[in-house]
Amino acid sequence: MDKPQNQRAWLFVLPVVIMVAFSALVPLMTVVNYSVQDILGPEQRVWVGNEWYRKVLTDPELHGALWRQLLYSGVVLLAELPLGVAVALCIPLSGAGSSLALVFLGLPLLIPWNVVGTIWQMFARGDIGLFGVLINKLGIDYNYTADPVAAWLTVLIMDVWHWTPLVALLAYAGLRAIPDAYYQAAHIDGASRFAIFRHIELPKLKGVLTIAVLLRFMDSFMIYTEPFVLTGGGPGNSTTFLSQYLTRLAVGQFDLGPAAAFSIVYFLVILLFSYIFYTVMTREG
Amino acid sequence: MARLEIRGVAHSYRRDPQSDADYALKPLDLVWEAAGAYALLGPSGCGKTTLLGILSGLVRPTRGQVLIDGRDVTQLSPRQRNIAQVFQFPVLYDSMSVFDNLAFPLRNRKLPARDVEARVREVAELLDLKAELPLRASGLSGELKQRISLGRGLVRKDVAAILLDEPLTVIDPHLKWHLRRKLMEIHRELHVTLIYVTHDQLEALTLAEDVLVMSDGQVLQRGSPEALFERPEHLFVGHFIGSPGMNILPCDVEPDGVYVAGQRVLARQVPDAGGELRLGVRPEFLSLSEQPSELAARVRVSEQIYLGGTRVVSVQLGPHTVRVKTPPEQRHEPGTERFLVFESARTHVYRDGKLIS
Repeated sequence: MDKPQNQRAWLFVLPVVIMVAFSALVPLMTVVNYSVQDILGPEQRVWVGNEWYRKVLTDPELHGALWRQLLYSGVVLLAELPLGVAVALCIPLSGAGSSLALVFLGLPLLIPWNVVGTIWQMFARGDIGLFGVLINKLGIDYNYTADPVAAWLTVLIMDVWHWTPLVALLAYAGLRAIPDAYYQAAHIDGASRFAIFRHIELPKLKGVLTIAVLLRFMDSFMIYTEPFVLTGGGPGNSTTFLSQYLTRLAVGQFDLGPAAAFSIVYFLVILLFSYIFYTVMTREG
Repeated sequence: MARLEIRGVAHSYRRDPQSDADYALKPLDLVWEAAGAYALLGPSGCGKTTLLGILSGLVRPTRGQVLIDGRDVTQLSPRQRNIAQVFQFPVLYDSMSVFDNLAFPLRNRKLPARDVEARVREVAELLDLKAELPLRASGLSGELKQRISLGRGLVRKDVAAILLDEPLTVIDPHLKWHLRRKLMEIHRELHVTLIYVTHDQLEALTLAEDVLVMSDGQVLQRGSPEALFERPEHLFVGHFIGSPGMNILPCDVEPDGVYVAGQRVLARQVPDAGGELRLGVRPEFLSLSEQPSELAARVRVSEQIYLGGTRVVSVQLGPHTVRVKTPPEQRHEPGTERFLVFESARTHVYRDGKLIS
């Protein structure tokens, strides 16, 4: 079948093309430019090829940050998805209880990210923070500013507190969309509660959970504000993630070339993982 | 196979029902004998699906008791009642294969794998689903999905009853006949109590030996297809069953008989105790004659429609239009004058909708 050719169509998509160009393509190209040049001054730049790439890819500090980041995102996904679905299953589907639950659930999502960091910074303090004091009172030695494990756990718990509601809200929306007829049929067929979850709810949630995984992966992989406020990346480098490393490179040391090369690599890693998650989760059969 | 009974069952979807109008189902006492084939017939919204839900346990009635084989099961879940139900629209477990869908009710009851396999193959054979067994359930046609849903309802042999809620709505007409026959076969073979909900009179009359006609949350008549057709106890039943439905004509009773539009059509004595009187007669029990006779009403033909086996002739009796089914070889041209003969035994008089004579 021949499609009609209409060159005027370009005119109508032009505004969008321009907007996308300025918001995404031009900045991206600039970063690509920086990543292959050594910029010495406004009018002085030297072509360096892949030197910056080799430099950042062999930087042991980056390797450390990358592994920490992968571990962090992995734990965050493993904790928040099941927890979010479990919370969603507990929310009543209608009535005053459901509205109330949704409001409370949504609260952490309404707080600015640096405030989340500040809240936990105080909440988890061993001397005056409710959480920190409580843990110490239980006889567990807990000090997130000195102990890397405690710092890690605090950042993780903070993330779970902050973002599980998002997963829960998505899953709740998915659950609401399941027609009642499925539950009726399952009751007639004598399905157990687990069988209903396994064969009706989980398959029907696949779509929203794919989105939840992608959102949570991308967000957690780029996390910056909360750990920056809470631990500043310490103690040592124990909670320094990729974004913080990048910021140090670009803003702290003003190494624009390596920072640009690293940004490109960072972007490609996120793209790659998102692609893998997406293909695996939307695969049929 | 079991005997189903409801005692004083009423249901309202409101939390605190006040008047009668709040009830989707008015108080009912009904019995379905074991191994019978029953139909619930009525227009959409008459409460038949609610009644079915109460029997299967999906709906807990506001009032009354549900008994299976004399045991009170009102508080029991569908699983505990062991009742199968097929819904109007297909419900499949998308992540499973067709085989697993059919096996699901059996596996939930911990049947040995060998028996599951055998029974699923049997049902698949019955519903022409053998080729589809290994397929994934998602992405199949609506009709195929409904046959699988039907199969899930029929797969358990030991159920107390099978409830079918308009299961053939989404099925092709030519396959409907086929599946209806299959259902009757299954009923004869398994001796299971079958309750079939439909708004299609043809389906109800061909499937069941005992039909319950419902309207507005009430049972208007219960009986054999013949009784419903020949002696409707309520004008609604006369009107709802039959195609075209019963002719309903305002009438007057005099000491010497029943008059419609000033013409005497019945010689029967009907006590006049007030109320709204109507004469009900099916098009099948009327005939047209060219010669006048006693009790034949003078009418004028206004229209005739040829339907193959019969001819439906519309005639004007005073201000009323009356439909008559005549043999196809009789011709009644519009505008001609005819005499309308009422078959006395099957012409009924109703007061306020209810049969009185």
